[in-house]
Amino acid sequence: MTLHSANGPLRRVAAVPAAPAEAGTPSSAGPRLRRKRGSPEIKQKFRPLGKQPLGLLFSAPYVLFILAVLAYPLGYAVWISFHKFFFTAPGVQVDRPFVGLDNYVTVLSDPAVQRSFLNILVFMVINVPLTVVLSLVLANALNRVIRAKTFFRVSYYVPYVTASVAVIGVWLFLFQQNGLVNSLLGPLAPNPSWLVNSWLAMPTVALYVTWKQLGFFILLYLAALQNIPEELYESASVDGGNKWVQFWNITVPGVRPASVLVTLLATITGANLFTEPYLLTGGGGPDGASTSPVFLMYQKGILQGNPDVAAALGVVLVIGVLLIALIQNRLVGGRAGEE
Amino acid sequence: MTATNARAGRTRAKTADGEGAVEKRRNLSVGSFVLLAIGAFVFLFPFYYMLIGSLQTTPDTSVGGAFPSPANITGENYVNINGSINLFKGLLNSGIFTGGVILATVVFGLLVGYALAQMQFRGRGVVFAMMLLVQMIPFQLLLIPLYVMIVRNYGLGDNYLGMILPFAINSTAVFVFRQYFMQLPSTLFEAARIDGASEFRILWQIAIPLVRPAIVTAILLTFIGPWNEFLWPFLVTKDQSLQPLAVSLANYISNIAATASNPFGAILAGACVLAAPAVALFIFFQRQFISTNIGSSVKG
Repeated sequence: MTLHSANGPLRRVAAVPAAPAEAGTPSSAGPRLRRKRGSPEIKQKFRPLGKQPLGLLFSAPYVLFILAVLAYPLGYAVWISFHKFFFTAPGVQVDRPFVGLDNYVTVLSDPAVQRSFLNILVFMVINVPLTVVLSLVLANALNRVIRAKTFFRVSYYVPYVTASVAVIGVWLFLFQQNGLVNSLLGPLAPNPSWLVNSWLAMPTVALYVTWKQLGFFILLYLAALQNIPEELYESASVDGGNKWVQFWNITVPGVRPASVLVTLLATITGANLFTEPYLLTGGGGPDGASTSPVFLMYQKGILQGNPDVAAALGVVLVIGVLLIALIQNRLVGGRAGEE
Repeated sequence: MTATNARAGRTRAKTADGEGAVEKRRNLSVGSFVLLAIGAFVFLFPFYYMLIGSLQTTPDTSVGGAFPSPANITGENYVNINGSINLFKGLLNSGIFTGGVILATVVFGLLVGYALAQMQFRGRGVVFAMMLLVQMIPFQLLLIPLYVMIVRNYGLGDNYLGMILPFAINSTAVFVFRQYFMQLPSTLFEAARIDGASEFRILWQIAIPLVRPAIVTAILLTFIGPWNEFLWPFLVTKDQSLQPLAVSLANYISNIAATASNPFGAILAGACVLAAPAVALFIFFQRQFISTNIGSSVKG
């Protein structure tokens, strides 16, 4: 009964996801049912939408959400980046002429943008290797220790679950001119201080993000370490391989798939940097030494009212991240193929 | 060197088989323990310092200031920050934002998760592929079009709905629901269907009661996203009375703090209030948090 009553409105809702299914997935339910139709003992109806077409209704809110909030804006971003676009009041119709690559030329020739990409590069050069090495070493130690395991796990994960805005408050306090870090360092304290020093601002941001995210990556490696069979270590130690040899020849290759994931996620985090340059270094200071592309997107797109330029910057950024991810995949994961 | 080591190792393995290995393991464990303890200090100290700093009458940034001193303790900072930004209102807005996302995620996530795991319908593969692909879309690319659409076209700036909409259904939570529903035997659902139960009734009376742990993990997993989110609510809320605590605290840090008598005390007091719910929830449910986050990220 429910099937019948649901069928009417269903077809309309289903129209969107069902159409590509015919081409994409080899439909599982369709042909099988058609074959059964001939046999006399099973009196099943022909059901073009599958055994439980109500599944389409169940999936509809999620599918609509993805189409409206993710898929459509994705295309819209690219469209905006190729047109002259400015903010208007709701409902106002204005002409938005096609301008080709003009916005991209504006973005790429802007020294502030170039600086922000350089900053992100500095960020990644510090953050990505530091994250991979520290999280692997700590995960490896966590895997061996027996006592207080839960305590360590929790303490590493706490920064990850805490709002960046909250922990930035305490980092500002720690790293200010006469903060605790500088009073510990005494005469070794950098002048100008960490966050207002154009050479140290970006490395400090990179250090902060490494610290904040490390717990997540430690647990990721911890899960990967469980997949390495204990026998490998046993036979290595019988053959006299010391701790270092074991770590380098068993652990590191054993967690290579996780390393690919960790480098990728750390890179994406770096590309998304906004809160840190906005708050930690007071808007990408000093003098643009810690601006990030997303911060410039906010500045150019929303503060200065050039959403077309900001959209082009977003597209360039995503393409850049994809390229870096491909290179990293070759470097980190590639060796696994050769072995 | 390695050769002699190898020989020594082999003889040791032959003569005192277990003992050597146990000894070695224990040494290793002590080294690891020291390393982990240093790590834990580095991770936890800023939180301790946050609390100490929020209670100081005058900020003491010397090494001695890291220890609580009874002469320098006050609750004044919490009163001050509450005077500049309404902490209760901020917490309430954060709660509405987070609660809205969790509600939508649980309701619609359970529906689609169940459909993907236990129902056969045309287009299921497409929905599943969508769910995986979505997790790879970078948010920075959506920033401008979402702002144009939600704030400019639909006029949802300074509105809870506008805040919630881009985060409404957490795809990782959908994935978690699907995984849990997959583990239930499909015969259970077939039997219920033969008995004439409608799909809604099967979901409500059979499937959901069996995946209660999945709902807990999905709520936890979804919670930290909107609670800690800064960029999006910062863009859509200009009205201070609608800002989540993360946004109003950030505005305080960047605009107002300079004029306060003890700015760091007030900032740290606000930071403690913002951090406390997430940290408390995490410590209380740490088992669920850790297992799901890892499971879904490794698989997804």
